[in-house]
Amino acid sequence: MSTFVSDTATVFSRELRPVLRNPFSVIFSMLQPLVFLALFTPLLPDVLGSDGSALQWFVPGIVVMSCLFGTSATGSNLLFEIQTGSHERMLVSPLGRPSLIVGRALKEIVPMFVQTAIIVVATIPFGFELHLAGALLGLVILAVFCVGLGALSYTLALASKNQEWMFWAVQQTLIFPLLLLAGMLLPVDNGPAWLRTAADFNPLTYVVDAERALFNGEILSGTVAGGAVAAVVVAALGLLVGTRAMRRVSA
Amino acid sequence: MTETMIRTSGLTRHFTVKKQTVEAVRGLDLHVGKGELVALLGPNGAGKSTTLRMLTTLLRPTAGTAEVAGHDVTADPRAVRSAIGYIGQGNGAGHSQRVRDELHSQGRAYGMNAAAARTRAAELIGSLDLEAFADRVVSSLSGGQRRRLDIAMGLIHAPELLFLDEPSTGLDPQNRANLAEHVRRLRAEHGTTMVLTTHYLEEADQLAERVVVIDHGRVIADDTPERLKSAYAGDRITLRFDHDRDAARARTCVLGIADGAVTDLTGATLQVRLDGGAELAPKLLRALDDTLVPVAAVEVARPTLDDVFLNLTGRSLREEAATGSEQKLEIAA
Ligand SMILES: Nc1ncnc2c1ncn2[C@@H]1O[C@H](COP(=O)(O)OP(=O)(O)O)[C@@H](O)[C@H]1O
Ligand SMILES: [Mg+2]
Repeated sequence: MSTFVSDTATVFSRELRPVLRNPFSVIFSMLQPLVFLALFTPLLPDVLGSDGSALQWFVPGIVVMSCLFGTSATGSNLLFEIQTGSHERMLVSPLGRPSLIVGRALKEIVPMFVQTAIIVVATIPFGFELHLAGALLGLVILAVFCVGLGALSYTLALASKNQEWMFWAVQQTLIFPLLLLAGMLLPVDNGPAWLRTAADFNPLTYVVDAERALFNGEILSGTVAGGAVAAVVVAALGLLVGTRAMRRVSA
Repeated sequence: MTETMIRTSGLTRHFTVKKQTVEAVRGLDLHVGKGELVALLGPNGAGKSTTLRMLTTLLRPTAGTAEVAGHDVTADPRAVRSAIGYIGQGNGAGHSQRVRDELHSQGRAYGMNAAAARTRAAELIGSLDLEAFADRVVSSLSGGQRRRLDIAMGLIHAPELLFLDEPSTGLDPQNRANLAEHVRRLRAEHGTTMVLTTHYLEEADQLAERVVVIDHGRVIADDTPERLKSAYAGDRITLRFDHDRDAARARTCVLGIADGAVTDLTGATLQVRLDGGAELAPKLLRALDDTLVPVAAVEVARPTLDDVFLNLTGRSLREEAATGSEQKLEIAA
């Protein structure tokens, strides 16, 4: 167990180091969510949010979206390392196979924190009202979700090691339906029944709903519990398949 | 016999490609003693990398067993990994990492604490001459600089057994000489056991004390370069004459003097292949002089490992290396 912890820490800090050395890379990847915020918010009718503000409704959605974009693409880093030979070098080292994926997935939390902070700071001057306790709990749930999503992205990278196009094809095909069906950018409540049913099967829907509740200061609610469960399910699934895939690489 | 470092028995690996079975390695029995410097030599696709990948726990054998540094590769891969160093065909360092950071992570991966990893990284930066770019990002390094970093990473835990897969591929002659120098120094200073693969004859010849010739997944010869050459190929004497008929007369004369010589006559050039040819050449020239066959030019060449390979397989390793598909990046299966 202790080797699992230290091995995971080794992988985690190796992954984190380029981010720390070059923090602008994280900020640069933030441009897209900020543009979305600037362009979408004026379009949203004010009646959406529980307390009437479009930003209160939209900001949590954008927070989840930027996590979704960044984290789902993270497997491409592993794919590149598989191609250059540096992943092979890690596989020959005594590092535990589960740590090779868990350490990487855990690192996804860090850019997510930074991105959320930037979004919040950027929107407060425009009237976004921050409920700190709720937002912090929201970050915990999102962190759990992020780890699962990161692990899934790495699994996809391991599965498409000989065909890079496959990684991007699958990632791009999945991300937009997931995003739209979760009501991240536009509400699905008024959509047709099939759409609402599809949304019900999307774990992201629960995460987004929970984030909205939490960022608006509503902590003890079924919505939050639902989001927490969805995040844990995604994390468990991601780590399970990811660990298996990583074990299978050297078989 | 010296202490054993590697022992394989019937080591075999098959791949299935489009429902067809590729027998990459077929029943390899190999024994490497402590302190040996062994080159696996063979054309592209011979099974060298696959062998190395099984010995380094990257691939599971289809059949057979391999014990590396005292541990079974399938039963206890982690113990094998801790004991060995591996420098693969690709580049081991992450492109977005800095040189020093990557060495530090590598030390941590082999169980060193932070202070020990930093000290060791600094040591290797010094001994492999990485100082000038130690704080640069790997993607900004040249091919030769990356290869030096690969070596440094492979040596981070001072392994007693080091594997190198095509270490000099893609290096210019200067860097190739540099690498050979490092390999020799490792042997001399630390007695590290080394197994390297190559399809460069000169590299195997100059560097290794033992050459294992592999073809189609099988060992076809295994000895010191010197003994391989004397066993499988003789010296080559090339005699040139002014006229075709002189060459023909010379052939009769040569066959009278040198028993067991193989001759090859093309126009006014006569090639003679025989053991101890270098010693026999003066006598040959005197005899030709006596019989009044004027020799225009003479050249004596020691056999190369290519001659060995040619005699063993009927194919030239040089041609195969030149025409064989370029080394593609190999990816864990
Ligand atoms: N992952 C793989 N999948 C399918 N075939 C492979 C794989 N790796 C190697 N081979 C095949 O096995 C044979 C031996 O390859 P390899 O060990 O790489 O040769 P070498 O290193 O001597 O050039 C070749 O025919 C190669 O195409
Ligand atoms: Mg090879």
